[in-house]
Amino acid sequence: MKTGRTAPSPALVLTLVLTLTLAAGCGGGGGGEPPTTAASAGFPVEVAGTLIPAEPQRIVSASASHTEILYALGAGERVVASDQFSNYPAAAEATPKLDAFNLGAESVAAFDPDLVVLSYDPGDLQAGLAALGIPTLLFGPPLTLGDVYAQMRALGAATGLQAEVEILVAEVGGEVERLTAAGAPAGDPMTYYYELDPTFYSVTSQTFVGGLFALLGLQNIADAADAAGTGYPQLSAEFILAADPDLIFLADTRCCAQSAETVAGRPGWSVLRAVRQGRVFALDDDVASRWGPRLVDLLAAAADAVSLGAAAP
Amino acid sequence: MTRSRALRRLSPLPVGVLLLLLLGAMAAGVLVGAVGLSPRAVLAELADRLPVISVDSGLGERSAAIVWDLRLPRVVLAALVGATLAAAGASYQGVFRNPLADPYLLGVAAGAGLGATLGIVGTGPASPLVPAAAFAGAVVAVLLTYALGSAAGGGRSGTTLVLAGVAVAAFFTAVQTFVQQRHADTVREVYSWILGRLSTVGWSEVTLLAPYAAVSLVVLLFHRRLLDVLAVGEEEAATLGVSASRVRLVVVAAATLGTAAAVAVSGLIGFVGIVVPHAVRLLVGSSYRVILPLSVLGGAAFLVLADLGARTLAAPAEVPLGVITAFVGAPFFAVVLRSSRRGWGP
Repeated sequence: MKTGRTAPSPALVLTLVLTLTLAAGCGGGGGGEPPTTAASAGFPVEVAGTLIPAEPQRIVSASASHTEILYALGAGERVVASDQFSNYPAAAEATPKLDAFNLGAESVAAFDPDLVVLSYDPGDLQAGLAALGIPTLLFGPPLTLGDVYAQMRALGAATGLQAEVEILVAEVGGEVERLTAAGAPAGDPMTYYYELDPTFYSVTSQTFVGGLFALLGLQNIADAADAAGTGYPQLSAEFILAADPDLIFLADTRCCAQSAETVAGRPGWSVLRAVRQGRVFALDDDVASRWGPRLVDLLAAAADAVSLGAAAP
Repeated sequence: MTRSRALRRLSPLPVGVLLLLLLGAMAAGVLVGAVGLSPRAVLAELADRLPVISVDSGLGERSAAIVWDLRLPRVVLAALVGATLAAAGASYQGVFRNPLADPYLLGVAAGAGLGATLGIVGTGPASPLVPAAAFAGAVVAVLLTYALGSAAGGGRSGTTLVLAGVAVAAFFTAVQTFVQQRHADTVREVYSWILGRLSTVGWSEVTLLAPYAAVSLVVLLFHRRLLDVLAVGEEEAATLGVSASRVRLVVVAAATLGTAAAVAVSGLIGFVGIVVPHAVRLLVGSSYRVILPLSVLGGAAFLVLADLGARTLAAPAEVPLGVITAFVGAPFFAVVLRSSRRGWGP
């Protein structure tokens, strides 16, 4: 388990302030120059091995988490198309939609993008976009908060929004710090079951979500069931009943219409401690599977659950 | 009388029609796409590459790359895969005298599926090892089927071989499902591979497939007369001095080589190997001397058109190719089946 990043250091804040001041200074000194000139300074830039020749103005984002980050950075109006899962914020929902899992290079090229952000490559997409000279950033699933901050910074660098991204990272980091400052409640660590779908796929502490929950001092029942080490084991109902977790988190409320009521109605589940004490928590599937600014919402929901659970006799 | 005689020989009319269809489909495949390029410019761009001719197409660097690196290789790959699968399907139907035989009959699909899954789990979906693993898996599965079938039936009966294929396919599929279950994080990649796709970039996939497809097609076309002899019956063939098991070995080997290579670069594309040979049989003639060459042309044209549909029907999303081949192929085949009074058989 890894802990999250600490709050931004004074040096970082100083750099931030300096960068902002410099950027403002350049803009002012430019006189009749278009306002983008100041921000365009620093291009071409190489981000994660991808050369970005000029500040991107037409971004295609086929990754819901990164769409959220782009909008949080204020680059929302530059997003010309996104994938079917990019539904937040509302403005992202309104952009033309691509299918993240069946994406052809030419369909992407039809939007004439100067930056493409992906979280999935079926095999030839990145190569195809490279052949067309379109810079592409492919982000794998982050495993730690540090990975999330690194991806945010990469997007900031790629869009010429370094200053904005440092503010965002500081905000998210500060919020994580605040939510986890209390540490684990006294006594035995609380156990939890995190449900991805009604066939009992779950996450272990090795995953990003599991790592986030571990920050709250929670113990994951799925850790013992992941012999293959994939991070996403499928549990059996019997295993969950035997483990009798203190808390149950449902990340399948939207996809599969699960709720505390449906869980209580499952044969045999009414005996579970979490069900009897009302410790079954419905999460928003989307928030629970996005590694963007809204990860603090997920962490807050989990923290609320922990304090509720700790208050129980 | 003249009609049935014509059915035994390859007449120029259907060849010409299918050739035109193939060329038309390939032209449409290069001209149409998500990015609206003017057909004139694309044709000029293509002509420019021909020796002697020099035309300025007016296409920018990116548009030229769309034509040369995305559309053209994909159309050629579709034609090669379609031709190979249809020829293999027709040959399998002939050699096993079974209308339900398709190129995946002897475990190619299950073997390639396991190979690809292991490749994706081990090295990631973009690795060049995935096609190699799929190819190896397909060949190993068919070798196993052949060994099992020969041990059980002495290689004399095609039925034993088909049953051995069922066993091998079931086993390989079970292993693949197990591996997939243990690596749930790669389900998406494996799934997209299984549905079949031709999203190729550049010519590497084409050059990978071309030699295998060429050898496979040449061998199968040379054996089309023997398939006609086999169609009469194995014992009857023996009286004519044709060894059914020997022909079967050669045909299965050639068809497997082509199918395995096609599957390696494009995943599992169903229906082409069944529908195209049967449509040819019902429309034109029942002799393999006619069916095989026409299936090659028809399979190529069918898959190029299907891929055009896959790219454009739900644009900007791509529909999995396997969905299109079955969605378009099944009703088309039903119409052919209904309007034809000819039954299956020699």
